[in-house]
Amino acid sequence: MNTTPARPETLDARTREQIDLALSQYQSQPGPLLQVLHAVQNRIGYIPDAAIPIIASALNLSRADVHGVVTFYHYFRRQPPGRHIVRVCQAESCKAMRADELTEHAKAKLRIDFHQTTADGAFTLEPVYCLGNCACSPAVMIDEELYGRVTPERFDELIEEKSAK
Amino acid sequence: MITTVYVPQDAAALSVGAERVARAIAAEAERRGTPIRLVRNGTRGLLWLEPLVEVATPNGRHAYGPVTARDVPSLFEAGFLQGASHPLHHGLTEEIPFLKNQQRLTFARVGVIDPTSLTDYLAHDGYAGLRRALEMQPTEIVKTVLDSGLRGRGGAAFPTGIKWQTVLDQAAPQKYIACNADEGDSGTFADRMLMEGDPFMLIEGMTIAGLAVGATRGFIYLRAEYPHAHKTLEAAIATAYREGYLGRDILGSGKTFDLEVRLGAGAYICGEETSMLESLEGKRGEVRVRPPLPAIKGLFGQPTVVNNVISLASVPVILQHGAEFYQSFGVGKSRGTIPLQLAGNIKRGGLYERAFGLTLRELLYDFGGGSASGRPIRAVQVGGPLGAYIPASQFDTPLDYEALSAIGALLGHGGVVAFDDTVDMAKMARYAMEFCAAESCGKCTPCRIGSTRGVELLDRIIANVERDKNLQLVQELCETMVHGSLCGLGGMTPFPVQSALKHFPEDFMRTAQ
Ligand SMILES: Cc1cc2nc3c(=O)[nH]c(=O)nc-3n(C[C@H](O)[C@H](O)[C@H](O)COP(=O)(O)O)c2cc1C
Ligand code: SF4
Ligand code: FES
Repeated sequence: MNTTPARPETLDARTREQIDLALSQYQSQPGPLLQVLHAVQNRIGYIPDAAIPIIASALNLSRADVHGVVTFYHYFRRQPPGRHIVRVCQAESCKAMRADELTEHAKAKLRIDFHQTTADGAFTLEPVYCLGNCACSPAVMIDEELYGRVTPERFDELIEEKSAK
Repeated sequence: MITTVYVPQDAAALSVGAERVARAIAAEAERRGTPIRLVRNGTRGLLWLEPLVEVATPNGRHAYGPVTARDVPSLFEAGFLQGASHPLHHGLTEEIPFLKNQQRLTFARVGVIDPTSLTDYLAHDGYAGLRRALEMQPTEIVKTVLDSGLRGRGGAAFPTGIKWQTVLDQAAPQKYIACNADEGDSGTFADRMLMEGDPFMLIEGMTIAGLAVGATRGFIYLRAEYPHAHKTLEAAIATAYREGYLGRDILGSGKTFDLEVRLGAGAYICGEETSMLESLEGKRGEVRVRPPLPAIKGLFGQPTVVNNVISLASVPVILQHGAEFYQSFGVGKSRGTIPLQLAGNIKRGGLYERAFGLTLRELLYDFGGGSASGRPIRAVQVGGPLGAYIPASQFDTPLDYEALSAIGALLGHGGVVAFDDTVDMAKMARYAMEFCAAESCGKCTPCRIGSTRGVELLDRIIANVERDKNLQLVQELCETMVHGSLCGLGGMTPFPVQSALKHFPEDFMRTAQ
């Protein structure tokens, strides 16, 4: 995995524009930082380190404040993800329906561990703690689509379907 | 006459193929030249039958499930549009025992109506509660909620009326209603089902709360894991604004209530109310020291009602039918109904709303039908990841706040997760500590460091390294966490751990491989 300290990237013009759009959308709201971060991540897939000072100065916060918020929440990512984000539920109800086996299967199938991206850039694998689909455990979410009663075979089909796209 | 066919759009139904089924039904109807009206409802909560297709007939709605796209031609062939029999036919939906035995007050419309149709909502008693509230004084509204006996359904079970009274009593330039839709507990999905199946009911409940305490602005703090609920809520809120049920001058009353959804970002601790308020302010979700209570100094330092989705969604019914009606359901100090959510290794999983008082055994066996695997149910975790594990010998405990607390357990948000006899309780205890370590907000040492230490100790116990000494240490650690934590995450993580140790000691004594 990427262990080199994040170098101060320079943002290309398009990315910069997306960040400005996210800011202008929410800047005037009370307590807007989370909304701005969501908007940035929706637009460019992650929150680049170089975006932090821009967001901080626009919202009148310190860089440490913004950095602190980005790192507090599991949902915000600081590296670009794969084309699809696969989240496998790790919580109790899914565990009662063999989620641990499904997790091992998913890691073997994609040949990556949690928080990693496949070499072809197609999939990023993430743990998640309950998707609210506990009566149809085990549950998986791929991007914004929810799946229930996921067997290892079903998991493979889903990955194949997404790979084809 | 054109027949109406219902295919749920609830996320759980979609997760098992409802979208494909809906498309297949539309295509098959088209192919046969039989016009139908396809309605995308919420789920009835009979989740083992999803995708559950319903057909409206003169004698009621007939249920078919679980339907796959491949079953669709044979359903048409059999005459399902007339409610004919078929291997997937379950008769009239309302007669299915799991549903028939429920007492649905809060979930009365869920699965019945088109969730984003205001017309449907109004045709099914919608906004009757708000109309009553608009004729009442704030103190009367608060008194009605207080007298109903409603206690918070988010976990702490605090009387909702008392909380509202405190906010009403504050003089402040701005007050807020903050709805807790973070629903982080494993085994729970009632909030999601309600928001996706009957979003106007939550909007109505929050509007009534605003009138009651003098708050003109509301937020729904929704977990990021719920994109479907997000879309449904946004659509319903836009409609409510357009039709004069939100915004300035609600129904010509001169009263204002503005409402918006704000997304969380995958932190379990943000379900704790003060952490949620920090998060709503755009900050790290660090738990606040109390006092001051959120009711006195909450969001942006102003008096704030923080209530769970189900608590707020229970309010319209209470206003419509009166405190006495609601209070007539339930037992002891647990009044009204509770939506229990049956999950995990269970044959018939789903949402079961009923007056308090049902025992765990009745729920698991009479309605749940036993385990999905067919093996004995060995342990049940009630009330989410901070709830105790309950052994079979205690399955006769009634599911109410007092009875559960008497056996050292809790009802929480009403999640019930069943495990069969293949479960390894030492692993589940380890997971509880691991979860706490991953989700700690970091403010208190016993929670932040203690939980990591707990994982290590349990690893050693499982590996049979100095087992007796480490068992002793884990108990001491649990005590430290219970007494030295600011909030329930650190303070209650010991419950699943200690209950596993107490009721399933053999799982901690296995010879290491
Ligand atoms: C660690 C922790 C997590 C919590 N998560 C939630 C949650 O996801 N949803 C919720 O409504 N309440 C949750 N609560 C309870 C809230 O702090 C609070 O009691 C509740 O939102 C108040 O609303 P109610 O009175 O309507 O239940 C949690 C509490 C703790 C300690
Ligand atoms: S107990 Fe844990 S989560 Fe709660 S305030 Fe302390 S550190 Fe934060
Ligand atoms: S525990 Fe996996 S979806 Fe709830």
